[in-house]
Amino acid sequence: MTDVPAPAHAPFRLSMLVNDRRYRSLTFQVIVFILVMAAGWWLIDNTIRNLALMGKSFDFGFLWSRAGYDISQTPIPYTADDTHLRASVVGLLNTLIVAVLGCIAATVLGVIVGVSRLSKSWLFARLMTVFVEIFRNMPLLLWILIVYAIFTEIMPPPNAYRGDDPAASMIFFDHVALTNRYTSIPTLAMTNDPGSLDLGARITFNWATIAFVVALVGGWFIRRAILSHAQTMQDRTGDRPVTWWKNLAVMTVPSLVLIWVFGLHFEAPSLQGFNFTGGLNVSNSLVALWLALTLYTAAFIAEIVRAGILSVSRGQSEAAFALGLRPNRTMNLVILPQALRVIIPPLISQYLNLTKNSSLAIAVGYMDLRGTLGGTTLNQTGRELEAIVLMMLTYLVLSLIISSGMNVFNARVKLKER
Amino acid sequence: MKKSVFLGTVAATTVLASMAMAQEGGATLAQVMERDELNCGVNTGLVGFAAPDANGNWTGFDVAYCRALAAAVLGDPDKVSFVPTTGQTRFTALSSGEVDVLARNSTWTYSRDTDLALDFVGVNYYDGQGFMVSRELGVTSAKELDGATICIQTGTTTELNLADYFRANQMDYTPVNIDSNAEGEQQYMAGACDAYTTDASGLAATRAAFADPESHIILPEIISKEPLGPAVRHGDNNWGDIARWTLNALIAAEEYGVTSRNIEELVRSSTNPEVQRLLGTTDELGAMMGLDAEWARRAILANGNYGEIFAANIGEQTPIGLARGLNAQWTQGGLLYAQPFR
Repeated sequence: MTDVPAPAHAPFRLSMLVNDRRYRSLTFQVIVFILVMAAGWWLIDNTIRNLALMGKSFDFGFLWSRAGYDISQTPIPYTADDTHLRASVVGLLNTLIVAVLGCIAATVLGVIVGVSRLSKSWLFARLMTVFVEIFRNMPLLLWILIVYAIFTEIMPPPNAYRGDDPAASMIFFDHVALTNRYTSIPTLAMTNDPGSLDLGARITFNWATIAFVVALVGGWFIRRAILSHAQTMQDRTGDRPVTWWKNLAVMTVPSLVLIWVFGLHFEAPSLQGFNFTGGLNVSNSLVALWLALTLYTAAFIAEIVRAGILSVSRGQSEAAFALGLRPNRTMNLVILPQALRVIIPPLISQYLNLTKNSSLAIAVGYMDLRGTLGGTTLNQTGRELEAIVLMMLTYLVLSLIISSGMNVFNARVKLKER
Repeated sequence: MKKSVFLGTVAATTVLASMAMAQEGGATLAQVMERDELNCGVNTGLVGFAAPDANGNWTGFDVAYCRALAAAVLGDPDKVSFVPTTGQTRFTALSSGEVDVLARNSTWTYSRDTDLALDFVGVNYYDGQGFMVSRELGVTSAKELDGATICIQTGTTTELNLADYFRANQMDYTPVNIDSNAEGEQQYMAGACDAYTTDASGLAATRAAFADPESHIILPEIISKEPLGPAVRHGDNNWGDIARWTLNALIAAEEYGVTSRNIEELVRSSTNPEVQRLLGTTDELGAMMGLDAEWARRAILANGNYGEIFAANIGEQTPIGLARGLNAQWTQGGLLYAQPFR
């Protein structure tokens, strides 16, 4: 041991940067860093030079100029006189609508299919396998087009509802009309309209909506108080007070009162001129996109749920059965809580996928962010780079928000390690 | 191993850099000559203007212009690679260098000429936006379309005209945005929209492809000016000149009565000095833009003059059945007016 020379005394030579283990990793890190920076610099420099050659500038000023085109589905008021920025926001809201609806429906369907695939009924389990394999293994774009084609080709056009002896008739007591353009559903109308809260930029919330939200949230908090009071009473006396009618009352009575006060009622759509008016026309492009995204993503979620359930060892359910728990309570109280910590992380990816996949909307003419900012605005202004950069940033922020929200949820359900 | 990764990175960077350089080269003519093929951006499929036939050969009014240009520059009307572009991709395809010339029913507008940095070399079809509806709808005027659902191609000037027209007339409509003419046709036929709107020539061409063209009418209102023409990139003036004068040669040939049938005879016997200059028998006009003397002769021989191209692809004898109208020669009361060859 004594004849090994102390490395600190060896004079530093350049070859040691590669040959000496102490310096080698540092050397390569520096090289990779320089290469990455050089590649980044080259990309930016190339962009700037080519933009200059084409006589173009990098400028987001176009967002404040008049858009000049119309959008079929506008969650906030929008006309052709509004700016490209507002058109992009309308597109973003349309993206969010289909993404939120899709995530909810895909989760519900996915959990049902995933659990059913483990069913003891042979036929039922196999049917679910077929569902998963069909929707998981064909491209999403095809499913969107197929669902859309089914709607446009099979449903009757609006004018089939016309005349004394129409070829088509409305369903649900003349309240819903299925057409090859949209599904016309009743809207909620009020006889005593309390007016709206103006948030500026022509975005308004009706006071009635706000009142209902307050009533429901307040009812939920009161219900929680009632339940915790019942728990305290049970702990103290051993007798649990009857709570179900109180809970039912706080959740429904305020809403019923509000319905009576505002004179809330359904207003059925009716055929006026070319189209149904008076109701809400949910376009087939939205329904097709939503259904296809739901079915496709549900197939993946089903597999995630199945994997999560299978990851809980058999001993857990056997122990639960031994304690006398019925199968559905075993699932709800023992298996699912443990399975959730395996399910949540991949579920986040599926939500992100669904949100990003919604940009295929243009295939069926649904005006999402890709259709407004990345489609018509990009084309009318010729600002390709700016529009694409803005779109990338928007999707990035959207994805980060979704995943951070889901990470908070994940932190709550994951195994508590102490 | 590390060294090979490093060398690979260097090689990849070099390849990318050389691609970027190719972008920067201004001389489109030299590139086309070297490639020995013209990249021409056309419609994804609009019968009469640009569509592949049963054998996969592209035919149509815009296609004929591409072939004439290829004949003028490369000497062979078949040395064209047709690049189908949608309303959304066409200008990017041109400005990125994917195509050398764009002949795709594109409207010459101020912002496209300036802000998008395109150069329109002329007008090969004077058009206007119209509406097509099913005859059984009973609509006879665009003013009766209040509340209608209307199919429209995204990324087109028609999208903006439509919004303006309905606002000006205080009418409502629901747009159904579609990506290509084929999709618009399918949506319209399925009844997903009450009316289909695009340039009137495009409507006629679309209607001609229907199984029963008679049950659809094109409404009389023309709501906009749509001068359609070929476009090139801004900045390469010589290439722009070649594209412009090839179009002018086709138009002038009709004016002077030069057709693909009598051209050989006129080369030998014509005494009209303008025709002699056009056909390159006197003066060396071609050399002024870097071509040979017979460039215009080949361009005209490729598909005939403007009138022959019009008649063969979209004229009254074809299923599309468009009248010359505004697109007649100025001597016939139309707007076609080629600048003098001198």
